[in-house]
Amino acid sequence: MGYKNEKLAEEKVFKDPVHRYIHVRDKVVWDVIGTREFQRLRRIRQLGTTYLVFHGAEHSRFQHSLGVYEIVRRIVDDGFSGRPEWDEDERLITLLAALLHDLGHGPFSHAFENVFDLDHENFTQAIILGDTEVNAVLRQVSSEFPQKVADVIGKTYPDKLVVSLISSQIDADRMDYLQRDAYYTGVSYGHFDMERILRVMRPSEEQAVVKSSGMHAVEDYIMSRYQMYWQVYFHPVSRSAEVILTKILHRAKKLYETGYIFNQHPVHFQSFFDRTFLLEDYIALDEGVMTTYFQMWTKEKDPILADLSSRFINRRLFQYVEFNPATEYTKTGELSALFEQAGIDPDYYLVVDSSSDLPYDFYRPGEENERLPIFLEMPTGELREISRSSDIVDSISGKRRTDHKLYFPEDLLEKGKDENPLYRQILHMLRG
Amino acid sequence: MQEHAKIVQFISLAEEVTGRKKLQKMIYIAKKMHFPFAEKFELHMYGPYSEELTLRVEELCEMGFLNEQFVDKGAYVQYKYNVSEEGGRFLQTAPEAADRLDGFIGMMQVKSSRFLELVSTLLYFDHLSKEEQIEKVHIVKNKLKFSEQEMDDAFDFIYQLEQQAIPTA
Repeated sequence: MGYKNEKLAEEKVFKDPVHRYIHVRDKVVWDVIGTREFQRLRRIRQLGTTYLVFHGAEHSRFQHSLGVYEIVRRIVDDGFSGRPEWDEDERLITLLAALLHDLGHGPFSHAFENVFDLDHENFTQAIILGDTEVNAVLRQVSSEFPQKVADVIGKTYPDKLVVSLISSQIDADRMDYLQRDAYYTGVSYGHFDMERILRVMRPSEEQAVVKSSGMHAVEDYIMSRYQMYWQVYFHPVSRSAEVILTKILHRAKKLYETGYIFNQHPVHFQSFFDRTFLLEDYIALDEGVMTTYFQMWTKEKDPILADLSSRFINRRLFQYVEFNPATEYTKTGELSALFEQAGIDPDYYLVVDSSSDLPYDFYRPGEENERLPIFLEMPTGELREISRSSDIVDSISGKRRTDHKLYFPEDLLEKGKDENPLYRQILHMLRG
Repeated sequence: MQEHAKIVQFISLAEEVTGRKKLQKMIYIAKKMHFPFAEKFELHMYGPYSEELTLRVEELCEMGFLNEQFVDKGAYVQYKYNVSEEGGRFLQTAPEAADRLDGFIGMMQVKSSRFLELVSTLLYFDHLSKEEQIEKVHIVKNKLKFSEQEMDDAFDFIYQLEQQAIPTA
């Protein structure tokens, strides 16, 4: 028996608040979990800055990755096993792809990637294929195994059904994060009957589909996705923290580029500022490292970097007003000019945030078939896109709802408005 | 609103873009040629696709800066985009378009969606050798059955685009 089929002498379980237990029998899965690159995910929060609004949201990408693995394990071992459409040889690849799908996420990854023009998916591939502990474990299965796992995550694997379990509109990734994020934020939406979905999920040639009798469970899932999007992921205060975090990184980068001497040289960021980073530099970063810098930067000489860092560390976030770009797009230009006159740099203190800036989405049926929709398997065997059968899904999918907010440091303006009439003018303009 | 302005600018230079898929592929190709678009793309059913771009276009339609028309093609709905009068006024507040973008758009505009899908998918795998790129396209696009001639044309087109591209630092 080779390493590929090697089982642990006794099943290992992780206690988990969402799935109760996460079961591991495969030696390779256990060994991958023990690698330094996978353990690093313990130090990266699943929801980035959301903990500043929902204080329970301290859960990590480590927990989520195990959760996605467990859902996929149940689908393939309990649901698909023995069915003619399912190839048992794909089992281990599918499990490893589920476990490793978020391996390349960095600290506060959305903001970090935006500022440094990076993509965590490339780092996922690089860690799986590079000179890493994860790669060494996967290579024990076979020399091609790391590439196959990377191909599933990169959506270039020939078996589309395998890809769809990790990445589709009803995949294990979304099923885990919706429930996990709901649990840790403490909100009542986000829950749905996953047990029922797993029972009615069926393998097909191109993707996993759902028996039509399971339509109501999928409706529940789509509603959860919709509500979590607007209530948690696009929470305006959480977005404020994200705006400040992004601006801290922009400011530090700008200072570095202009030769500013930091009190504490940003060793961990230097290669990203220079764009000379190696994979090892990326792996060395986590949220502990980043928040340590933010803490130190509160004492920097540069007043903008010090202020923004202090705002983030001490949760003195920007205030926001609703912003309608259709009628107010000239307003930002006027406000920027006023900010400059008042000595406040608008590049850092006046920010428009739009729903398109958010790395989450809600269900769409797939216009021009761009995105593979959720299909119901009808009793006749016909596959039908769910919004064509469900009035509930039809009513919320593909309907536009966009949102824009204008963020600004209200506390600063309020404090100085008696001495500086421009501050008062800005406040008046912002409040309409 | 700078990223929104770039999309309006792009569609303004194209005058009209027919098909969401075509718009996605054109912007992806422009980005690969180093035009500064911020949207992130992932591989989807029809090649590189950006959810951010989809949302941004929706926002622009809702703002009234883009006109959207759709035509029922039976199996699917096809969308057409052009810049509205208000969108034109919005553009006057935005920075100038990147040099050479106009010519680039002209080169892509005359090509079919299918061809741009092939070009964008080849570009998605441009870190691989030519043989590996072709192999990947055949794996992820097995149903489209691209011919050898189409592959050759696509590589020629990429070469032409690269001659016009913004040089990297």
